[in-house]
Amino acid sequence: MKGSEAIIESLKAAGVEVVFGLPGGMVIPLYDALYDSDMKHFLVRHEQGAAHMADGYARATGKVGVCIATSGPGATNLVTGIANAYMDSTPMVAITGQARSDLIGTDAFQEADITGITEPIVKHSYLIKKTEDIPRVFREAFYIASTGRPGPVLIDIPSDIQLADIDYKPAGKPDLPGYKPTLKGHKKQIRAAARAIAAAERPVLYAGGGIITAGAEKELMAISRLMKIPVTTTLMGLGAFPENNDLSLGMLGMHGTGYANYAVTHCDLLIGVGARFDDRVTGKLATFARQAKKIHIDMDPAEISKNVAIDIPIVGDARDVLAGILAELKTMKREPKKTALWLEQVITWKKKHPLHYKDEKGAIMPQFVIEEINRITRSDAILCTDVGQHQMWSALFYTHVKPRHWVSSGGLGTMGFGFPAAIGAKVGRPDKTVIDVAGDGSFQMNIQELATAVCYDIPVVVCILNNGFLGMVRQWQELFWNKRYSETVISCQPDFAAVAEAYGALGMTITDKKEVGDAIRTAIKSKRPAVLDFRVKAEENVFPMVPAGKSIDEMIGGHKS
Amino acid sequence: MKHTLSVLVENKPGVLARVAGLFARRGFNINSLAVGVTEDPDISRMTITVDAEEHPIEQVTKQLHKLINVIKITDLDPEKTVARELALIKVKSDAGTRAEVMQLAEIFRARILDVGKKTLTIEITGTYEKIDALEQLLAPHGVTEIVRTGRIAIERGEK
Repeated sequence: MKGSEAIIESLKAAGVEVVFGLPGGMVIPLYDALYDSDMKHFLVRHEQGAAHMADGYARATGKVGVCIATSGPGATNLVTGIANAYMDSTPMVAITGQARSDLIGTDAFQEADITGITEPIVKHSYLIKKTEDIPRVFREAFYIASTGRPGPVLIDIPSDIQLADIDYKPAGKPDLPGYKPTLKGHKKQIRAAARAIAAAERPVLYAGGGIITAGAEKELMAISRLMKIPVTTTLMGLGAFPENNDLSLGMLGMHGTGYANYAVTHCDLLIGVGARFDDRVTGKLATFARQAKKIHIDMDPAEISKNVAIDIPIVGDARDVLAGILAELKTMKREPKKTALWLEQVITWKKKHPLHYKDEKGAIMPQFVIEEINRITRSDAILCTDVGQHQMWSALFYTHVKPRHWVSSGGLGTMGFGFPAAIGAKVGRPDKTVIDVAGDGSFQMNIQELATAVCYDIPVVVCILNNGFLGMVRQWQELFWNKRYSETVISCQPDFAAVAEAYGALGMTITDKKEVGDAIRTAIKSKRPAVLDFRVKAEENVFPMVPAGKSIDEMIGGHKS
Repeated sequence: MKHTLSVLVENKPGVLARVAGLFARRGFNINSLAVGVTEDPDISRMTITVDAEEHPIEQVTKQLHKLINVIKITDLDPEKTVARELALIKVKSDAGTRAEVMQLAEIFRARILDVGKKTLTIEITGTYEKIDALEQLLAPHGVTEIVRTGRIAIERGEK
């Protein structure tokens, strides 16, 4: 068979059912092989969309997302999507066409050194030089992308390699001498962690996206319940612990809840699991959880003590390690009342510093839109976002209860991620209601994928919190830059509902608070791709907020007046 | 503090770029880098010298480990390591000064590789410090060119 057919066979062998992509000159052979296969391909309108769709698909399903682009500009258009997947540890395989082998290095038409360009933002990459390597490379790529700390792997394939003949044999088990992720936690460390947990009077569990990757929600819940430990999650960890549970503190960090930030500041034991002590979480490092002994459980040894010195590091799979700690705890003498005073303190903080916003007569408050989405979907939708104010309101005012129901650009903070990611999520989970909350700025960054949603009839509901601003930057300008709104005012805006209609989607403009719920219900019921343009209060801010470089207990707007 | 990292990598294209790129990204200056194939033709060894504090060298080592093609990293203990570097030094020297320069070379157990009308080319093998010392002594004569291999190192004993 041809190399291109071997690619399809290799994808099938990896269990791939859907791919997102856009053809071009250097992947014509691959697309020709695709033409005869039963692989489901979604044609996007911009390669960035394909990468984000693969990413959203992966996050919603836990499977590896796959995207395809041609050489040169097709490949470079994937770059933001690959970087986004890298920062948020999403399993992804990106396939790019490349100029013919004999032309590489000659500045050939549509040639770009994509393995070089993406080198800092991939877990690994391949430039295939022999057709016979195709099965092995694909096997390795899927293995690397989906194991250990997941991440994107790029496979660059010159067109002649796709065309050459190959005696196809499925690849055997990958043999990678330099890649041996540690799955099992160190026994001694697990015991030390259990002892520290049993001894703690003011413990906090700090859970990140690693819980979701490892599927460790049950173990997290069991430890929290057994030892009565409150749990805060990172942005990436939303859904790892149900926020309707009394022990939930919601999100921590720059826009975390007051009670989560106070609890972390005052705890005597911080148990970080699958989180990376990112600057948006820690604020000023010198004062972060300074009274606390720190346990850090992570798949990636490089994350241990990277930003914050750790007392008890445990490298391993979160589920395995938490199960080990749980087993240890069960054999130990426990004092069930040990954290009682601490939990009382947490309740006091929750009462004193609840999440809140001031309703304004005649205005649609953006937080209210999120609350309505939450109410109507019964906290059961897959919620997707870009980055910025709408993202933070979605994080805070929606009740996150299940893993893999929150698809948001965390580490990279990519505008334009949410909508294509929502399409990918819906493809992977057609049984779920999928809502994309977007800003009026960010939605326009991948608005062209309306065509993809309409063409394949992928009923994603886009809720634009339209405030006429690049809102988060405007908020910073208001608070820290003397209200000098330099280039954050979006004065020229399309009629989003009309744009949606023009693409063949359902479009609605909502200007009255009373219409908010109905619009959301109508859109979901229509089972069509829909764009809801909510004209929300323009200069509303996300609070609480920890100014950059401050300690996380130095929040502004955290008090209810 | 100067560290000598001995890094075993798969002998594959692009590995050097990955390793070098990682050092640059994490803000490390590579002082020297020597690469060569090992006793196993599928595996190469990179000997990298860097200036770094204890904590950052640990971070960069962990990041290096994450590269799929990196098999093993050893931060060599200078007490238990034999390290060598080779340098070729071209120094100005005519009939008047030739004897003096050759004598210097002899003291350092260096070899004369080439004799020109106005220059001598010297080969010296040794520690970083030894090569520096010879270079300083030759400087007054006028050193026109130096080529250094960078440090290579091996642990003492059976291991």
